[in-house]
Formats: sequence, C-alpha cells, structure tokens
Amino acid sequence: MTTAERIDTDPGTEPGTTLPALGLPATRAAGCPFDPAPGVERALREEPVTRATLWDGSSCWLVTRHQDVRQVLGDPRFSADATRPGFPFFTAGGREVIGTDPTFLRMDDPGHARLRRMLTADFMVKKMEAMRPEVQRLTDELLDRMTEGRGAADLVAEFALPLPSLVICLLLGVPYEDHEFFQRHSGILLSLRSTREEVRAAQDELIGYLVRLADAKRDRPDDAIISRLVARGDLTSAEIAAMGRLLLIAGHETTANMTALSTLVLLRNPDQLARLREDPSLIKGAVEELLRYLTIVHNGLPRVATEDVRVGDVTVRAGEGVVCTLNTANRDEDAFPGGGGLDVGRDARRHVAFGFGIHQCLGQPLARVELQIALETLLRRLPGLRLDIPFEDVPFRHDMGIYGVHALPIAW
Amino acid sequence: MRVLIDQDKCCGAGSCVLSAPDVFDQRDEDGIVVLLNAEPPAALHEAVEEAAAICPAAAITVEQTERV
Repeated sequence: MTTAERIDTDPGTEPGTTLPALGLPATRAAGCPFDPAPGVERALREEPVTRATLWDGSSCWLVTRHQDVRQVLGDPRFSADATRPGFPFFTAGGREVIGTDPTFLRMDDPGHARLRRMLTADFMVKKMEAMRPEVQRLTDELLDRMTEGRGAADLVAEFALPLPSLVICLLLGVPYEDHEFFQRHSGILLSLRSTREEVRAAQDELIGYLVRLADAKRDRPDDAIISRLVARGDLTSAEIAAMGRLLLIAGHETTANMTALSTLVLLRNPDQLARLREDPSLIKGAVEELLRYLTIVHNGLPRVATEDVRVGDVTVRAGEGVVCTLNTANRDEDAFPGGGGLDVGRDARRHVAFGFGIHQCLGQPLARVELQIALETLLRRLPGLRLDIPFEDVPFRHDMGIYGVHALPIAW
Repeated sequence: MRVLIDQDKCCGAGSCVLSAPDVFDQRDEDGIVVLLNAEPPAALHEAVEEAAAICPAAAITVEQTERV
C-alpha cells in the first residue's frame, strides 16, 4: 500500500482492524476494580492487535496478548526512546518532562545498558535476599506501631507505603525524614490528572532535591547507591538525579500499591486467603500470582517501531507507536488458563507484571522480598484482619499511572 | 542438556537465579549472569527450561543433547 492510500484511509480504522479505536488510558468497569478495562479485554478476545487513541488525538497500536507483548518488548526494533517521533505518551505531563529526564527506562541500548549496569549489582538476587532480616525488622516495627493500643488503621499510610519507602531510602542514601516531600512530588508525577505545569514543577523540585543530595555526598560519602554513583566520576549530576528519581519513585510506589491491593484482593477472596494462612510456604508463588492478577502498571508499556514489524495479524510500520497492555497479557487464557480468577497455588512465573525485554524491572528481586515478607507477616500477625469501610467506598487509584488504593482502612 | 548464556544480552533481572539457583548466579561486580553448571542433571532440566523461558533478555539458550 502506498503512503497516499494510507492517508486516504479512515483515521478510525486501519488495514487489518475492525474495532473502533479505543481511547487510552481505558476506563475500568464500575464494580470490577481488579479487572482490566472492558475495552482492552475486548481487544484481547476479538482483535488482539488493534488501534487506540491517546489524549492528544494521536493514535497508536494496542498489543494485548501474552505472546505478542513478549515479542514486542523483547524486540530491539521497538524502541523505548521517548524522544523518537511517534512515541506514545499517556499524558501531556509525561511528554513534558521527557527531554530533561534521561533515565535508562526511556533509552535503548547501548546507552540503556551502560546506565542500567551501574545498578544491576545493587538489586541482584543474593543482595536482596540478604536484606530479609532488615526488611523483616522494619515490617515488625511498623506493625508494632500500627497495632499498639488500637484496632483500626489506614494500611497504606501506616504500613504499605512506609515499608518500601524506608527500604529504598536506605539503599539510595536518601534521608527518610524527607519522605513527605518526595512522596508528594512523585504523586504529582504519577497522577494522570496533573497538568503539564504541575508535572514540570514537581519534576524540577524532585530533580533539584536529588542534585543537592548528590552534591552533599561528594563532601560526605557513604556506602549507599547515590554516593557510589557520585564516586564513579563518569556521570553528570543530571544523570545521577534522574537515576535517583527513577529508583526512588519505582522503589516505593510500586511495592506500596502491590501490598495494599494484594491485602484487599485477598480479603475479597477469603478461600484464597485461608489457603495462604494455612500454608505460608505458598507465599512465594502467591506473590507471583498477585503480581499477575493485579498488574498495577495498568496502562501498559509504550514503545515506538523503528522498522516495519509483523505483530499478530498486522504490520506495525516504522514510526508508529505501540502500547503493550501487561494486564491483558497476564489474563490471556492461552498463557494462564482460568486467568480471570485468583489462584494462590498457580504457577504464575511467566507473568509480565514487571515488563519484559531488557527494560524489565531492575528492582524485582527487592519487590519480591518486600512483598513476601510484608504479606506473610501481616496475615500471620493480624488473624482478624478485615476491611473497615464498605468495599464500594475503597478509593481506587483509577487516576494514577500505578494502580492501587489511595487508602485502605482496615480493622483487626 | 547443554546451557549457553550470553552475558552481553543479560540485563541482570535475576529471574534465572530464582528459577534455578544451582545453575545460574549473578556476578558480584555487576549482577550479570554466570553459569554454574553448563550440563545440569535431569532433575534440574525443568527449572532451567523455565529460566530460559522467563529470561527477559533472551540471554539463555538450552540445547538438548542426546542421551548416551
């Protein structure tokens, strides 16, 4: 097909597609807060590679199947470089900060590998496994404080958020006393409702803070990550601050939301909760299943094609954007039979909740240790754990790039 | 079974170490995969296949060798 013919095509449909273009981010159905949006589930069932429309009216491809998501995210012809034309953004704010935010999350190799490999040793499995006693100690201290003389609390504010925040501060060498500051600003960066100006201001505040912190480490070095990045001598302050910002946000928002949302979904599935309480050895597999079932990176991962590539039944052209919906891939019946249900005994290790390809989550060994300890300890120590508000009133994070709950009032 | 790794491709996600800790480890200095046993015993074959399947960077290849 020639370029002229392609331009003449109705913008709402593309060769090989019949469904109307789906608006992104897609909206979940009322009363189904754990399930992907009906629009993306329909695409998975009826037209697994389909067209979608973004906030600015631009369009991109939506890739929904497990097999296709793995193909796209594992193929270097799909670029993660957000400065390339055609790269799909979910919000105006996301596009606003990209030029000033050179993190390896939005780079291709070899630049990506150069920066990522400065950090891979810090998050490797044996190092994170060695942190278990420390994570357990912090978990117990937070639960001691939360339960002392009381029978109810907000699990997010008092446990799910502080635990990973404390741990990532420790690893990075960021003072935990500053957590209100960086949590407020990362909240603005992750909100789908923030304006361009708000995102720009929050980004500048956070980067400025991390540049000052990095400079302070030059005079007073320590053993933590930011100080060691400074000591290398081959990174600019902007590069260090961008890496710090990425790790700080990724390190606390994700685990915090997984912890709270996992607790809630287990309370809503009492049979699964009972199985896990009866046999705590299920915890490792249960965490993989919860990662699969909940897939908190709920809007998917953006890429842009650098060559024409066949995906499923369509040809994605060079320069076209692609969004891989991880939540549909993780519910794909071909990969996870009966995947619409939560089964803590399932072998869910092939889930793509951490993404796939060379950009797959660097911190996953840490996330696993934190989630396994947090959930096992919470269920063990609070046998009477229950939701303290009607389920209908739980404030889900429909408005955020990382899904979860804004608060989770519980009683025990 | 013969296991091959490509350290240039490895992105240090560590999922192979979780699947088959007797066969894969991560290098202390940079977290990149190291092979502990290129010809693992049959009892580990399933775990190694799983490690290869979930490796996000396609850095693990498994060759089936003929049984003698």
